[in-house]
Amino acid sequence: MSPALRILIIDENRIRATIIEEGLREAGHGEVAMIHDMTGIARRIAEIDPDVIVIDLENPNRDMLESMFQLSRAVKRPIAMFVDRSDSASIEAAVEAGVSAYVIDGLQKHRVKPILDMAISRFNAFSRMARELEEAQTELENRRLVERAKGILMKSRGLSEEDAYALLRRTAMNQNRKIAEIAQSLITTVGLLDPGDSS
Amino acid sequence: MNPEYQINIGFLPLLDSAVLVAAREKGFSEAEGIDLVLVREHSWASIRDRLAVGHFQAAHMLGPMPIAFNLGLAPLAAHTIAPMALGLGGNAVTVSRNLWAALRANGASEDFDAASAGTALRKVITAQRGKGRPRFAVVHPHSGHNYELRYWLAACGIDPDKDVEIVIVPPPLMPDALASGQIEGYCVGEPYNTASAIAGAGRIVTTKSMIWRSSPEKVLGVSARWAETNPDALGRLLRALYRAAQWCGIPSNHHELASLLARPDYIGCASEWLIPALSGRIWTGDGEVIAVDDFFVPHDKAATFPWKSHALWFYSQMVRWRQVEASSHNEAVARESYRPDLYRSALGPLGVALPSANAKVEGALPSAMPVGSAGASLVLGPDGFFDGKVFDPDRLDDYLGR
Repeated sequence: MSPALRILIIDENRIRATIIEEGLREAGHGEVAMIHDMTGIARRIAEIDPDVIVIDLENPNRDMLESMFQLSRAVKRPIAMFVDRSDSASIEAAVEAGVSAYVIDGLQKHRVKPILDMAISRFNAFSRMARELEEAQTELENRRLVERAKGILMKSRGLSEEDAYALLRRTAMNQNRKIAEIAQSLITTVGLLDPGDSS
Repeated sequence: MNPEYQINIGFLPLLDSAVLVAAREKGFSEAEGIDLVLVREHSWASIRDRLAVGHFQAAHMLGPMPIAFNLGLAPLAAHTIAPMALGLGGNAVTVSRNLWAALRANGASEDFDAASAGTALRKVITAQRGKGRPRFAVVHPHSGHNYELRYWLAACGIDPDKDVEIVIVPPPLMPDALASGQIEGYCVGEPYNTASAIAGAGRIVTTKSMIWRSSPEKVLGVSARWAETNPDALGRLLRALYRAAQWCGIPSNHHELASLLARPDYIGCASEWLIPALSGRIWTGDGEVIAVDDFFVPHDKAATFPWKSHALWFYSQMVRWRQVEASSHNEAVARESYRPDLYRSALGPLGVALPSANAKVEGALPSAMPVGSAGASLVLGPDGFFDGKVFDPDRLDDYLGR
């Protein structure tokens, strides 16, 4: 059996790096290192001496890393972009997911492919998670706005909670806007008319 | 009117993305039936990757990039052509306050003169030999910045590989790298020289235009496959960009252009950082302003024409600095990467001034000169190298001392 591959994850986002690291460890890769900070990166890479480097596609230092790999001074062995050019599906999937990888030249494709596939799926999972979190936060914020707007209508026009909500919804439908937007406008307007009433 | 084409273009937050931004924001692309989608990227590597997988049809690129791609010097790059340039000049060399003090003490003049600054730098390096080499940064190994910095150093008797260390730093991070002492100097495009000059963290010592006036910088890199299958869309894109470059070249538009570029979705900086390069009135970093002719030229002097002599000069520097072997095949690859033929066929119908040749002897015009052009009048130059050399693309071997 060939010796275990040393994998280095370079990602300033610690949570995402940890998610990938866990995935790789679960898949039986014991030697996984992480770098979150780009300071002194040449020396760190030389110490870790990785076979495979996984990096966030949006890392602005990729040009620096690639030139370092090409000069091969900081790294002992030449490093190339991971898959061969023929594997365009993999490349596309990686770029779509926002991940890039570099491997020691000559490393067999069947050993690298599962690592890349894992990184891609974990990157996608992370993006999905981040998106869901953002949606949940927006949803919470919207609900808060609608509650406040309902309160204003109930107080100023003596409506029941149900009628206040119905009025907001009807206005939103008539104007082809979201209820939260109508609520926000109402809150802003009331704030302008009566700066004393900020409840 | 529904746009007939959607074209996605990647760019980096640099002043010379101006033509692309103006094409979209001032309606030139829309008038050509193009929905121009501009996507800000984080590295030249990302631009290369996303062009390769087809997310982008074209991109803001360093002039040598398409050549490097086609020579196989970059991983995973698609065959890329440059049917248009995105302006001339626009870069400068900035050094730390400490290094500037040493350069002044050794005779560097204050007026961005490349020769006196370079000679002073050689003296400083000789004096501190054995105590570490100054570290300079450029944005990419295959960049005008790397080649003009090396050209300047070498012409002043400094060996760029032995006497200094040259590292790669992303453009927006240059001022921080200088301020924190990680590097002693850098060569980068605007606004990242002005950023250090305004903050007082660095001193501009010379400019690209002082090293080689009217010299090539960014190009529109286009996927060769897309260009072949979409000639109509490409023609419209080039016409839109040409009109945008014309607009960018009018001084009375510079304040509007600066505020467009300053937006968070484009460069994302104070618009004051963008005015110096557009006006040619450059902050030195010592609280003074120096007027520099042709600091950045978006339109005049055939600034968007993709000269084959520019491609071949970049290739000559790749050979000079041992990035690629000299061969007639490689030379042909470099020459064919720039496509003035596509530029001509797209812009011919506009009746605008076009150069009559596809290549010229670089550095041969000591003053501005009207040149033969099809239809309208065109002025080129001055275009001198600071050391007085000329580059004749037909005598490449002589130039390389072979």
